Amino acid sequence: MKLSTQDLQKIANDIRKDVIRMLLEAGSGHSAGSLGMTDVFTALYFEIMNYDPKDPDWEDRDRLILSNGHICPVRYATMAHAGFFPVSELKTLRKLGTRLQGHPERLRLPGLETTSGPLGSGLAQGAGVAYAARMDQKRFRVFCICSDGEHDEGNHWEAVAFAGKNNLANLTVIVDRNNIQIDGFTEDIMPLEPLDEKYKAFGWHVLHIDGHNFEEIVNAVNHARSVYESPTVIIAHTVPGKGVSFMENKFEWHGKAPNKKEANLALKELDTIAKNIKKEKE
Amino acid sequence: MINPKLKLSVKIFKKGIDMLPTRQGYGEGLVEAGEKDPRVVALCADLKDSTRSNLFAQKFPDRFIEVGVAEQVLATIAAGMATYGKIPFINSFAVFSPGRNWEQIRTTIALNDVPVKIAGCHTGVSVGEDGATHQMLEDIALMRSMPNMMCIAPCDAIEAKKATLEAAQNGKPTYIRLTRNETPVLTSPKTPFKIGRAEIVWVSKDPQVAIIACGPLLYEALLAAKELGKKGIETQVLNSHTIKPLDEQTIVRAARTCGAVVTVEEHQIAGGLGSAVSEVLSRAYPVPQEFIGMPDQFGESGTSNELLTKYGMKAANIIAAVKKVITRKNG
Repeated sequence: MKLSTQDLQKIANDIRKDVIRMLLEAGSGHSAGSLGMTDVFTALYFEIMNYDPKDPDWEDRDRLILSNGHICPVRYATMAHAGFFPVSELKTLRKLGTRLQGHPERLRLPGLETTSGPLGSGLAQGAGVAYAARMDQKRFRVFCICSDGEHDEGNHWEAVAFAGKNNLANLTVIVDRNNIQIDGFTEDIMPLEPLDEKYKAFGWHVLHIDGHNFEEIVNAVNHARSVYESPTVIIAHTVPGKGVSFMENKFEWHGKAPNKKEANLALKELDTIAKNIKKEKE
Repeated sequence: MINPKLKLSVKIFKKGIDMLPTRQGYGEGLVEAGEKDPRVVALCADLKDSTRSNLFAQKFPDRFIEVGVAEQVLATIAAGMATYGKIPFINSFAVFSPGRNWEQIRTTIALNDVPVKIAGCHTGVSVGEDGATHQMLEDIALMRSMPNMMCIAPCDAIEAKKATLEAAQNGKPTYIRLTRNETPVLTSPKTPFKIGRAEIVWVSKDPQVAIIACGPLLYEALLAAKELGKKGIETQVLNSHTIKPLDEQTIVRAARTCGAVVTVEEHQIAGGLGSAVSEVLSRAYPVPQEFIGMPDQFGESGTSNELLTKYGMKAANIIAAVKKVITRKNG
């Protein structure tokens, strides 16, 4: 790994704070998934992916497609910290005229790869890029982040079948397995288990990780790189709302933004976490 | 009379006129587009023979992607390939694409503004025996209301080929409406064609009505114009193959010249070419308008001729509409 675990934890913590600030300023947005996936996004942008923030269209870049577009606050915050645009722009989330639309739009902000929000369509697009890249013998990797809830969508499974049939080994999917969706827990709304068996049945390689463990995230991607005959899905077990005690594991926070009081509490908790990271380092 | 400037087929009105389905012209155009540009790829949802994308598959097997009966990913895989830099043509029946995958097209093709071409085959009641479920009558309404999307209904196989070639290079999301049946080839390879430019195919000295048509029913409009001409009723017939962007200038000029309009399409009256024309004319030059199209109904099994007759989309119906609109104009 290029960065130490502590370095990555510090970056992730800063990103979480910006996510809270952004959502407060916007007055609406999706807290739970954004906080839950912060560690995966940090690992992708700061450790794993090959890209140039000053040249978002660089043709050999790794692609990251965010299928569950509603968690875009964490993508925007991570991209800002990674140098795509100033952190100060984050406060424009969801405001009129912003580049940071409520659900990410390809034409508004360089680096997004595609528009998303309506669930179930990201994987197929990732598969399309991966297929085209292989036609042209390109070496970059296509990452696709999906939520667990969006596995309710039929078109997601059409894409799973397509990728499996075509042995798209340059396609690596990370599922945000946080067990929640809008109306409740995934296993109550529309049970997904055994999720790994379902992917295996379509010819995929499956890995399970703790979505908050940087070593596991990085190792899983490296493992995926070594699998040549099939696409890989990394089922990342995450805590929705991770880092903010009153948000963790509460499906009510899927589509809610914190108010001033809640945001202040959240930031205090994240500050405490930051101090503990520092302590571990020392 | 037939507009000589357009160098239309010499066989118009003759028994020996060439008969080809527009999907055939599309299939050939797709191959030629593929020859001209290596970025062109074709995707199909288990209908390659019916959509004529089999011709591309034979010529360029490495650039043809079969997705199975899965129209949603037909659109989104293509969208991904387009963001990468390919020029994808997606192929299925129009009821399924854009019917089933309309939202995927909206979000990943139109909102992304990527150059995916949607070829919607088997439109209109003339699909015939397969029945209502397969007779797409709402596709123009669906696609013209979508921002960034172009919408073209070629009148014959030759025009379909030209439309396909031009669409391949226009860099925009584009919908091409195609038909199953053999229909009269009324244009020639020399007939000028440009997406977005309507052509006046039948001219008169003092036209009383402008008949504005799209798709193979343009031939019925010509038959009607000829018949009306014999009875002393002069008309102008426009080939408005591009419903979006509509050639507003030509259409307004036609309304100004003639003072009345009849629109003709093998599509629901609601939301198709007729609606597009009436939007423009209401704003710019309101004239009485009659609509030939499907009167808010589903189709059914039957031969295409039986169905076009039953649902009022033949030359006889156009003639009646012309007479009616003249009465309204003079009323």
